[in-house]
Amino acid sequence: MSVEVAIPEGYVRAFAKPAALSDAKFTYCPGCHHGIITRLVAEVLDELGILERTVGIAPVGCAVFLDRFFHCDFVQAAHGRACAVATGIKRARPDLVVFTYQGDGDLAAIGTAETVHAANRGENITVIFVNNGIYGMTGGEMAPTTLPGQRTVTTPTGREPRLHGYPLKISEMLAQLDGPAYISRQAVFDYSHVVKAKRAVLKAFRNQLEGKGFSLVEILSTCPTNWRMSPTEAGRWVAERVTEVFPLGDLKDVG
Amino acid sequence: MSRVLMRGNEAIAEAAIRSGLKCYFCYPITPQGELVEYMARELPKRGGVFLQAESEVAAINMVYGAAAAGVRTMTSSSSPGISLKQEGISYIAMARLPCVIVNMMRGGPGLGNIAPAQGDYFQATKGGGHGDYRLIVLAPSTVPEATELVRLAFDLADKYRVPAMILADGMIGQMMEPVKLPEPVDSADIPPRPWALTGARGRPKNVISSFDLEPEGLRRMNLVLQETYREIERAEVRWEEMETEDAELIVVAYGTMGRIVKTVVRLARAEGLKVGLLRPITLWPFPYGAIRRLAERTRAVFTVELSAGQMWEDVRLAVEGRAETPFYGELGGVVPSPNRILEEVKKYVG
Repeated sequence: MSVEVAIPEGYVRAFAKPAALSDAKFTYCPGCHHGIITRLVAEVLDELGILERTVGIAPVGCAVFLDRFFHCDFVQAAHGRACAVATGIKRARPDLVVFTYQGDGDLAAIGTAETVHAANRGENITVIFVNNGIYGMTGGEMAPTTLPGQRTVTTPTGREPRLHGYPLKISEMLAQLDGPAYISRQAVFDYSHVVKAKRAVLKAFRNQLEGKGFSLVEILSTCPTNWRMSPTEAGRWVAERVTEVFPLGDLKDVG
Repeated sequence: MSRVLMRGNEAIAEAAIRSGLKCYFCYPITPQGELVEYMARELPKRGGVFLQAESEVAAINMVYGAAAAGVRTMTSSSSPGISLKQEGISYIAMARLPCVIVNMMRGGPGLGNIAPAQGDYFQATKGGGHGDYRLIVLAPSTVPEATELVRLAFDLADKYRVPAMILADGMIGQMMEPVKLPEPVDSADIPPRPWALTGARGRPKNVISSFDLEPEGLRRMNLVLQETYREIERAEVRWEEMETEDAELIVVAYGTMGRIVKTVVRLARAEGLKVGLLRPITLWPFPYGAIRRLAERTRAVFTVELSAGQMWEDVRLAVEGRAETPFYGELGGVVPSPNRILEEVKKYVG
């Protein structure tokens, strides 16, 4: 149920729900950055006027309910397979705008091969990669992007790189390939970063409209629930710790 | 149209293209390599999409995407590759997407070999992946029949919104026979897909999903599948009978073995032995009723297959004690000669 707030005389509405979003309530936990990221995608669909020709691909994980939040067509993919499903849709109907929205477990663990090869083929799709360094919906297990020393339910004494490997820098890996058009890492822990992240998401969609090829925006996110932190602490963790391992900025941009 | 000499794998590919195939996704594996090569050469020329995927898993998920986008789509592989596709097939089944999957079975388990075998019967007919679902499984015994069944597979997949499988082996895939290719399908004859993902313009959004967190909702989705399967079981069972009228022993065999057993029946009849053949064409839905009716008036229903007795289980379910149910199977890619099978047949008849 949406809440309509009456605008008093002399005021203008400065902030409204994007038209791309439905009235379904987000299922994200309090303080999780998914809500901001989902909204950024919706704003971009509105601004580019492409909602009616967009197909989204929901992953397995915290964004599994994504199809409820948007007014556009959606398909729900198997864990990790979103880029392969996107490939099938885009190849069948190149006129559609196709985007995936995936977490780090989905995109950088079980779906590594699908991601790397879709990027390498330069598939003309847009990938929104939400990196919160943990399996959120499943219950806080170690992800490929979990920081060294970070505690999770499967690394109860902290991630030990010699035992569990290092944080997988998938965006840096993809940026080495000839296929992708645009690889960027962003964050949304404060207003200025939200603005930059939105710019990157806009570019990733615009690239597809211009036929430039594979565009991926990695957005560092929080998981206060499984990180056992308050939303404020979680935002600070991203700003101070996560960005050390996963520095922000464009990693590849063919222009 | 005149007949042309074609290899099984190539005839299947050509029949698929003539059936309106738009997107084909594959990963290389023997013994279906000629199918892949033919598609790579022909499909793009004729307005379709050919894409060699990075894995079997990716290929079936590309099929999932293309099917969701509402086009006729297909993948082909062989036993180990089909095993890898099972997760994707389960999703496709629950999402109610039509597609065609070709399995040119090989010897297994594991890496096995590339010789003809029928060890994937359970996987093909009992679901294969997780959850309660079925595929329509069509088992050609000749190259001409394979081309006909490809068209049927696309039509049935569309009609019922279920994935359909062509289940054969390297014998069918690699032999050459004269075939009469089907006329190219008229795109107007392909059923409309109002559920497809084409962009929510002038209509509410379409969502394709195999997911419902609420047990009641997921139960309803399952019941839709089950109702569809009952309908298919009522309407789509196909089989061939040969010399069954007076037979004292009925051999049940499919695909490559079905073809070889035709020779066995002729050899047996020449010796005055009353032997007939029932050859299932649809392995699912299985011709339980036809086998049951024959079992009422025969001494033995003899299963012959290139497995340790996978279809035999269905034959016994059909016969339910009405007749003897002996079994002869070969494993590992060994294909018995007609005379070898005749020796086995003679143990139970004459």
